[in-house]
Amino acid sequence: MAQKNRNRLLKRLRNDSLLYIMFIPVLAWYLIFCYVPMTGIVLAFKNFKFDGGIWGSPWVGIRNFRKMLRDRDFLQAVRNTLIIGIGGIVFQMPCAIALAILINEVKGKWNKKIYQTIVTFPHFISWVVLAGILTSLFGNSGIINQILSKIGLPQLDLLTNAKAFRGFIWGSNIWKEIGWDSIIYIAAITSIDPGLYEAAEVDGANRLQKIWHITLPGIRSTIVIMLILAIGQLLTNGRFDQIFNLYSPTVYRTADTIDTYIFRETFTKGSLNFGYSTAIGLFKSVIGVVLISTSNWVATKVGEQGLF
Amino acid sequence: MKHKKRSWTGGDVALNIFFVILSLITLYPFYYVVIESFSNAVANAQHVPYLLPYVFDTTGYESVFGDSAFYQALLVSLFVTLVGTAVNMALSVTGAYVLSKKHLAGRNFFLTLILFTMLFSGGLVPTYLNIKNLHLINNIWCMILPSAISTYYLIIMKNYFVSLPPTMEEAAKIDGANSFTILVRIVLPISKPFIATFFLFYAVERWNEWYNAVLYISQKSLQPLQIYLREMLTSMSSQLAAQAQAAMAQTTKVLASTVQMACIVITMVPILCVYPFVQKHFVKGVMIGGIKE
Repeated sequence: MAQKNRNRLLKRLRNDSLLYIMFIPVLAWYLIFCYVPMTGIVLAFKNFKFDGGIWGSPWVGIRNFRKMLRDRDFLQAVRNTLIIGIGGIVFQMPCAIALAILINEVKGKWNKKIYQTIVTFPHFISWVVLAGILTSLFGNSGIINQILSKIGLPQLDLLTNAKAFRGFIWGSNIWKEIGWDSIIYIAAITSIDPGLYEAAEVDGANRLQKIWHITLPGIRSTIVIMLILAIGQLLTNGRFDQIFNLYSPTVYRTADTIDTYIFRETFTKGSLNFGYSTAIGLFKSVIGVVLISTSNWVATKVGEQGLF
Repeated sequence: MKHKKRSWTGGDVALNIFFVILSLITLYPFYYVVIESFSNAVANAQHVPYLLPYVFDTTGYESVFGDSAFYQALLVSLFVTLVGTAVNMALSVTGAYVLSKKHLAGRNFFLTLILFTMLFSGGLVPTYLNIKNLHLINNIWCMILPSAISTYYLIIMKNYFVSLPPTMEEAAKIDGANSFTILVRIVLPISKPFIATFFLFYAVERWNEWYNAVLYISQKSLQPLQIYLREMLTSMSSQLAAQAQAAMAQTTKVLASTVQMACIVITMVPILCVYPFVQKHFVKGVMIGGIKE
């Protein structure tokens, strides 16, 4: 019996060691592709020289950060990131919630399914493709302006007009993601106890009253969690794909975000000031961690389930 | 939810009208691209084809299919999608499975290590230099390895594996099966629909891959389809921006846009073909994401 127990223990250990072996590639990936780059953050405090590399370049203390605070383009990019991000939350979330409620109200399994399938579709198309499509529609020689000029109306300039571009970014993102965003709320709505609706019906509540008094409170915690996620990702999820594929120098003033600014600062300006770009990246990451931790803390304080 | 069978009220009619309009708004841009891709300069000069195609001209497609760079880009995209998704699945599934074993010593440490990467990263430049040090610049694997694991998907998969009833696994263990055999012979077969969902998520991401290619690929022969399209879109539109030769550009411009639209359609076709059939898997994937351990 003791022999058998020991054998079983050995077998368990051996099985566990197999688990560890299976985990090696995953762990190696995280170390090589996530943690090694983190060590490169020291560049934020250095003046990068190509022949010196990350470790051989000279230290410059917080010079890169000082430069950051005086860099008007960077400060504008921070402002734009916040405006575009907050606007995105304010406009897009209510749309997604409304869509979820409306889809839930549709009677008939088939139309419900078809509508949902259609509105979710653009989510799976890359911004490279969508930028091409949107330009062919809204560009200066796009179909909409062709029609407008045919019927003698003034031209609509959304893509190269700094004043209109943010609106275009918000609008096109809502168009692309609203169906996808709504799925999580639809899931939350379907988990509401149907007995509540039946009771309300007995009490003579109409559709709107049921939505207001049952559906919305029923998905409140989902809304809060999604809001936390969105606020936490204000800086990190800088909509790089969308803006990078749609913007042009004429709209940098209102559309340049931290991510696009870092990208140009690093690769297209030719200055190759890697230390400075790293400093901006570090600034972004740190603020991002603070944002997500804070919003999570607030959520648990107000009695909702947080993320961690 | 059970609905009593009732006739449609005015509200229902309005609701369906709203959704038909919303569907049209969602689909119209794609429809427009398709009719424009079959158009040509002559037809466009005469009509504004926004609802119905006036001609059926395949010149746009012919010029895309006549470009050897297109086939090269298509091959790269196919390779990245097939091999990349395989790598994604292999790493995510094993990682998620190992981390679903609650008795494993060090499990919490590993989980923290992984979750931290969702909060904090090295940023663009350190990541770029890392890829450079790994000799992945202008290497096809730069579109596969840096995005080999999506931590978000891995965590969802882990939560799913945790939720599986342990009885079957225990039975297999008593029969002497090891963890790897259990994963391949028991866990994966019973998780097929679930695994399929993530396979599709990853496949779409790999097909849409362009960011890593912009950063790490400068060699033309290694560009994926998305970059081939992107270059076509940006080079032609920057030509247009210099609208100096307005009159001369008139004919070439329309033709250029036809080629662009044809290329857009070709790039979307794989997703268009697969999407309607797999949409329910995608929806399921999001719903599973809501489950917490």
